[in-house]
Amino acid sequence: MPDDTKPEAPAPKIAPPTGGATAASSATGPAPGAQATGAGPAATPHAPPPARPAAPRPPAAPIPDLAGKTTTAASPGGAAAKAPAKPAATARDADDTSPLLTRRAWMAVAWGAFSAASAAALAATGRFMFPNVLNEPPQQFKAGFPNEYGMGVDERWKEKFGVWIVRVPDDVVARASGFYALLVTCTHLGCTPNYLPAEAKFKCPCHGSGFRTTGINFEGPAPRPLERARIVLADDGQLLVDKARKFQFELGQWTDPEAFLKA
Amino acid sequence: MADAKTIDPKEGPGVRLWNWLTETQVWTSVFRHGRVNSDRNRVLVMLSNVFLHLHPVRIRKSGVKLRYTWCMGGLSFFLFLVLTFTGLLLMFYYRPTLEYAYTDIVGLREHVPLGIMREMHRWGAHAMVITVWLHMFRVFMTGSYKPPREFNWSVGVIMLVLTLLLSFTGYLLPWDQLAIWAITVGSNMARATPFLGHEGPGAALLRLGDVPLIHAYDDARFALLGGSFVGEGALLRFYVLHCVGLPLVIAVLMAVHFWRVRKDGGISGPL
Repeated sequence: MPDDTKPEAPAPKIAPPTGGATAASSATGPAPGAQATGAGPAATPHAPPPARPAAPRPPAAPIPDLAGKTTTAASPGGAAAKAPAKPAATARDADDTSPLLTRRAWMAVAWGAFSAASAAALAATGRFMFPNVLNEPPQQFKAGFPNEYGMGVDERWKEKFGVWIVRVPDDVVARASGFYALLVTCTHLGCTPNYLPAEAKFKCPCHGSGFRTTGINFEGPAPRPLERARIVLADDGQLLVDKARKFQFELGQWTDPEAFLKA
Repeated sequence: MADAKTIDPKEGPGVRLWNWLTETQVWTSVFRHGRVNSDRNRVLVMLSNVFLHLHPVRIRKSGVKLRYTWCMGGLSFFLFLVLTFTGLLLMFYYRPTLEYAYTDIVGLREHVPLGIMREMHRWGAHAMVITVWLHMFRVFMTGSYKPPREFNWSVGVIMLVLTLLLSFTGYLLPWDQLAIWAITVGSNMARATPFLGHEGPGAALLRLGDVPLIHAYDDARFALLGGSFVGEGALLRFYVLHCVGLPLVIAVLMAVHFWRVRKDGGISGPL
């Protein structure tokens, strides 16, 4: 803002060619560092050793200044530059007590560090809300041996793992006898239907959706059949159910060999 | 001119006690204005109190007419205070865990002294939703959302959402079948959050090669529930949001809301 708009003390805002007057850049060589004149940051150019002392011509290209902005000599700060800048010294005098870092550069560094730290803290806070370990039943489980199941809907895993294991003599899709695993999540809004053996259907208590034992919806608001989970035989001959792999009827996925276990 | 209207009762033991009390150092260090016997001191009562200064020093005659304001904003605030107080009391008896949540709620009704406390909280919550809506309706019908009050209208809309979220989070805490399935259905909406829900629009675009960045275990619903279904994580999260997080935010916004009423020239008048 009103930093160096006064015509009396307008030093050309020219940044060191390294792009930042950090302490490191000052320490590497005989660069004089920037020179602050109290109120305004008046960085003296030190790149060309015989720096022009007076009336600097506008540089050809915009030079990024320390605050990240781009300024040219035609900007208010540089346009009215008449006062001669101090001749750049090639080495810092022993009794030179001027700061190595201009006030503006220090503020840029400080705000940058503060912003970065704040962003990191915000990201860490967000990450904090996503737990690494869940106290939930696993997606994949062994459901016992096939000969432990009779024909029809078996509810023994409904409570713990959220699946019905259904054994049928003739599946609607596979046209074979065997097993499929139905997920107990209603396809309407996610409640858990009840199995009604007398009517041989799944009935959702929330909004009344009904499903055949095949999983196909036939009444109520549910828009699509129940999903089936991957069911295969494990190495030890047990049924292996994997809820992470789902098969949707309306996508033609029930024909997948792992959606139905022939037995 | 204001001094012409001073009223100073002079006699009686009550007056003497009052005069003594209001001249003690404790009193005068808290209330930094003279006796309320002039317009100037009436103004100072408002301006020298951190709570009252949110309120305008003077209001229009129409501003206290029930038929204009319905007092719905004031009733909403009153109900918020009731809910804060009763909710604080309920927290002494309620544990947000799968093992205790439901039985603690039953206990609040059956054997905790003043078993009506939970009902006051519950009915107060219903009432607050109603009064907030009616307040919004009044503000709309009187055109009080128009400049310069459009900012305060926006603050109010945010507080309406927060009120509904407070109801939503509180609904889970009894941990009965109604609560669990209502929150299951309600939180399933978060699946459809654009980009941040794993079934929402745009989420399929966020992937690195074959690896989806947004899936059922890191999307908005997962963060809300602290799990993949409404379980112990969801109960605890909803409890914390209900008791601390959301009330904190809405309290700050209420301060802004009341203060903004004053800065916008008091409540609007009849056209």
